[in-house]
Amino acid sequence: MLKLQQINKIFNEATLDEKVALDEINLELKSGDFVTVIGSNGAGKSTMLNMISGALSPDFGEIIIEDTNVTKLPEYKRSQMIGRVFQDPMAGTAPLMTIEENLAMAYSRDKKRGFKRGVDKKRRELFKEALETLHLNLENRLNAKVGTLSGGERQALSLLMATFTQPAILLLDEHTAALDPSRAELITNITKQLVEKDRLTTLMVTHNMQQALDLGNRLIMMDKGQIILEVEAEEKKELTIEKLMDEFQRIRGEKLTSDKALLSI
Amino acid sequence: MFAALFGSVEQGIIYAIMALGVYLSFRVLDFPDLTVDGSFVTGAAVAATMIIFGYDPMLATAVALLIGFLAGCITGLLHTKGKINPLLSGILMMIALYSINLRIMGTTSTSSVSRSNIPLLNEATLFSKFHEFWSTLGIDNSINSFFKMLGVQYLPGTWGTLFLMLIITVVIKFIVDWFLQTEVGLAIRATGDNKRMIRSLSANTDTLVIIGLGVSNALVAFSGALIAQYGKFADAAMGIGMIIAGLASVIIGEAIFGTKTIMRTTLAIIIGAVIYRLVLALAFRIKFFDPGDLKVITAVIVIGALVIPQFIEKRREKTRKAKRHHDRVAELALTKEGTAIAETPTNQ
Repeated sequence: MLKLQQINKIFNEATLDEKVALDEINLELKSGDFVTVIGSNGAGKSTMLNMISGALSPDFGEIIIEDTNVTKLPEYKRSQMIGRVFQDPMAGTAPLMTIEENLAMAYSRDKKRGFKRGVDKKRRELFKEALETLHLNLENRLNAKVGTLSGGERQALSLLMATFTQPAILLLDEHTAALDPSRAELITNITKQLVEKDRLTTLMVTHNMQQALDLGNRLIMMDKGQIILEVEAEEKKELTIEKLMDEFQRIRGEKLTSDKALLSI
Repeated sequence: MFAALFGSVEQGIIYAIMALGVYLSFRVLDFPDLTVDGSFVTGAAVAATMIIFGYDPMLATAVALLIGFLAGCITGLLHTKGKINPLLSGILMMIALYSINLRIMGTTSTSSVSRSNIPLLNEATLFSKFHEFWSTLGIDNSINSFFKMLGVQYLPGTWGTLFLMLIITVVIKFIVDWFLQTEVGLAIRATGDNKRMIRSLSANTDTLVIIGLGVSNALVAFSGALIAQYGKFADAAMGIGMIIAGLASVIIGEAIFGTKTIMRTTLAIIIGAVIYRLVLALAFRIKFFDPGDLKVITAVIVIGALVIPQFIEKRREKTRKAKRHHDRVAELALTKEGTAIAETPTNQ
């Protein structure tokens, strides 16, 4: 469960570049909710994710995960409960370390790190089993350095690592945006499969409207630091891209900048 | 000649521990830590001072290691909590340690609070203690008579130092290998590889940098303590350029033996340290050089180790491309010929 209460964030306050990144954001995710977030550039989507992960802290407001107020908790402590996948496929893995070592670090996420061997026989079996679910043949390359994998493979591994310890919250920040269409589809499918397997509470930012409609049980649209539209389960099933565009126009009184790169249809 | 080279091998194996420390900071943590120049002397100063005061050399060496750990931790604190640039944190600590080292050695002086040199000529050291035991075994005689049979003329006084250092260094190597495979070790490696990622996996990168630099400088100080006992003196200036010597060993080792796994890399660095000392010893065989030239020779070796591989790679690439181009031209000429032959009948 995740709760954002009246979150506020202003960048470069009292300068010419002042920007209201988040404007009194309220959001609640129930356990097992899979919420997709769309909106144009600068709408505050990534800022919101960074608030939840602890990479940024809000000027005002509270963040609650599983009944714990985490607003003041540093990023590394919060990450015990939060899995994250970044847009850059290089960001989620350590390139000079092997696949099994990377998984071992993900395995230690919700435990205290000590002087036990990171990869032992028992864990190696566990890692192998988990890798098999990706169907990328990575289970036979446990000792390959991650830097030798392709972008898609690295992103799949990042996803597996993010979900490995069944975190309370999974944050996906445009994690398919840097991949070519076929790789993106592969990662989308893996996302679906991993999230469904453990019924993870997930928040996914995407630029791809179709992806936002296909995945998850809820959808929110952001603009200028506010959540301007929330679509719930039943309603979401009926939703189309055209309806979303019309809705935006109705709320904002202006056409959604249908930049193809921004909202690839 | 043989005696001089033998001495280099002994020293190289002792300095290898320092090189392993430099490997931890420079390569594993990706932190160019210049504390090394100071903490090496700190290790030597602490060990020499305690030995003068009559402590057991074993204890003196262990305390030196601990103080080195503390020095590294402080550099780590300067960088992580004080937000000071890595290079500057190391330089600040190195400069501060210079004065601290004088003070540490000064505790042995009755006339002054600081002292820049402690001789250990007649004191008991780790090596002298080991030799008492070693000489009862009579191994030296049997090895030397074997070499005499082969016709080697100048034989070392004892093989004990080499034997002792080999054991210590190999044990340290295995400890480092083990450490870097533990959960904490993996997190330290990831801190140098991808900070953002390991933070998102709930690791406190600040703490890891501090621990990593601590362990690195503990090894450096340990090596300093051993060198002081090996050379029978500690001197405030003995650490100058130590970081470069360490780096040279790391680069030479890695270039020759590769970095495929951790175990292989640490072994490569130990051999690299020995090779480095041998190269120095050979350089000093040239009449022109004076012991004062040590640092410039070191610099040239490191520059060579950094630059020459680039040249070689460029050369290789050029030959590879040229060959490919040549093959392709020949291939195209062949197909042209082929079509020409194929076309001739239709023209008739």
